[in-house]
Amino acid sequence: MSDITRLTVSETLKALKTKEFTSYELTEAYLRNMENARNYNTYITENAEMALQQAKESDIRYAKGENRALEGIPLGIKDLFCTKNIRTTAASHILDNFIPPYESTVTQNLLDDGAVFLGKLNLDEFAMGGSNETSYFGPVINPWSKDKPLVPGGSSGGSAAAVAAHLCAAATGTDTGGSIREPAAFCGITGIKPTYGRCSRYGIVAFASSLDQAGPIAQDVRDCAILLKSMAGFDEKDSTSCEVAVPDYESFLDGDIKGLKIGLPKEYRPDGLNPEIAAYWDKAAEYLKARGAKIKEISLPHTKYALATYYVLAPAEASSNLARYDGIRYGFRADGQHLDDLYINTRTQGFGSEVKRRIMIGTYVLSAGYYDAYFLKAQKMRRLIHDDFMNAFKECDVILTPTSPITAFPIGDESMLENPINMYLNDVFTVSVNLAGLPALSLPIGLSAGGLPYGMQLIGKPFDEGTLFNVAAKIEVDAKFERI
Amino acid sequence: MAIDNQTVRKIAFLSRLKVEDDKIEPTKEEFNKILNWIEELNEVNTDTVEPLISVNDVTLKMREDKVTSGNCKDEVLKNAPAAEYDYFAVPKVVE
Repeated sequence: MSDITRLTVSETLKALKTKEFTSYELTEAYLRNMENARNYNTYITENAEMALQQAKESDIRYAKGENRALEGIPLGIKDLFCTKNIRTTAASHILDNFIPPYESTVTQNLLDDGAVFLGKLNLDEFAMGGSNETSYFGPVINPWSKDKPLVPGGSSGGSAAAVAAHLCAAATGTDTGGSIREPAAFCGITGIKPTYGRCSRYGIVAFASSLDQAGPIAQDVRDCAILLKSMAGFDEKDSTSCEVAVPDYESFLDGDIKGLKIGLPKEYRPDGLNPEIAAYWDKAAEYLKARGAKIKEISLPHTKYALATYYVLAPAEASSNLARYDGIRYGFRADGQHLDDLYINTRTQGFGSEVKRRIMIGTYVLSAGYYDAYFLKAQKMRRLIHDDFMNAFKECDVILTPTSPITAFPIGDESMLENPINMYLNDVFTVSVNLAGLPALSLPIGLSAGGLPYGMQLIGKPFDEGTLFNVAAKIEVDAKFERI
Repeated sequence: MAIDNQTVRKIAFLSRLKVEDDKIEPTKEEFNKILNWIEELNEVNTDTVEPLISVNDVTLKMREDKVTSGNCKDEVLKNAPAAEYDYFAVPKVVE
């Protein structure tokens, strides 16, 4: 039989139902792939024993005809989701011995649908980064790397690399400023950040609570639709999760897009935009036009200010959320003679440099005397950015943009490291979506001259993920992108 | 609004982080770069704009005041770096 780990989730579900192979065989095959690809550093913690046990139980369910929506599908879980009795680190030294006594709602939903957990995937420390290089456990290597190792993007870098390299059938990710979409683009696969409130944040290690949202990273659009259906839903344990019915996302894939209005924001095409990505952007619009969609230019006038707004709000929320890591109740503790020494030593040794940078920036913009000038100002800018989208959606149904202005870059790239702002600029097309709380999907569109994938982003109205799946499925068919 | 070395020390303490003496100056410069960049927000007049705190306008729901989970002291203490007599243990705070 051909390599069963190369199948998509939808293909795997069919094969498991028709008993072409068992979940146990499939899980073993993925575990072998993981072992052979440890040099990619995608997994922080492997969960082989538990995974094989889960697979055995899934096979029994198939035998009895009691199989659930994701029965026996081996998934990788971003190591930001608390998983009961499986170490959860957030890729930080400060949590590197933390074993949660509870399960996040999203992973519980996946377990309730029969998923198998292969292990916990690498990420930027506390999801703060766009290259996976801030992980305490070291960088992840993008499977598209050629002569030198490239970053997989971040923060969900382990998730994207593992999906692209067939080290899991699909994975969970989280997205605060582009952390699902950018790595999906860099690794030539598909990911969706749903509407804020669509998935419960309960049990996900918090970074910036008003922006964080979980979503799937998978090989294709259909797999994302299947996964999101399982992950999403209202949860009493997260007061910001919404009581909105979760539709059957797969049913949108066969829809047509005749008459659908696709907006192209003119502010996303600055003079210096990389001509390769600009050409792919035009091509994607042409695909949709040929299928009867109407393409129109729209304006999101405050786009220019989204990054600066984000880099006030996200660190502010992070500084507050990360105050809990004090070395008292869980995680790493450094010695200290007095309580303050203990806090300071624990946090100084436990956090990496990017996390410390953001905590301090966040502390500054929230501190007395500067709150109005920075934090309140950014919250007002957030309103303007949000309203830009709401106005744009009076004229169009979906917005089409590139996901990132660049392709994957080398690990340890000097220009990215010498100035943190250079790294932040990679988020230029993704952060506005988080500020506005909208759903957005990234899918691969084609390769650069150097043979690296570019991603296209679709942005939708609140809770209209279905239309994103519909449009993305059309681009996917027309682009004929070849995964690894 | 450029910050000085004294402010860097103050923010570090508020964050309960230590910045070594030889890192104060580079940290200050880096922060000023970032803050300078953020200043571009001042190009936009926002005097009459309402701040956006949350994108979903759900009002928090009331629920019955009853215990939904509990009696899990052992589980809670399991991850504690130091625990004694069923409590989290910390260095002495009262002289």
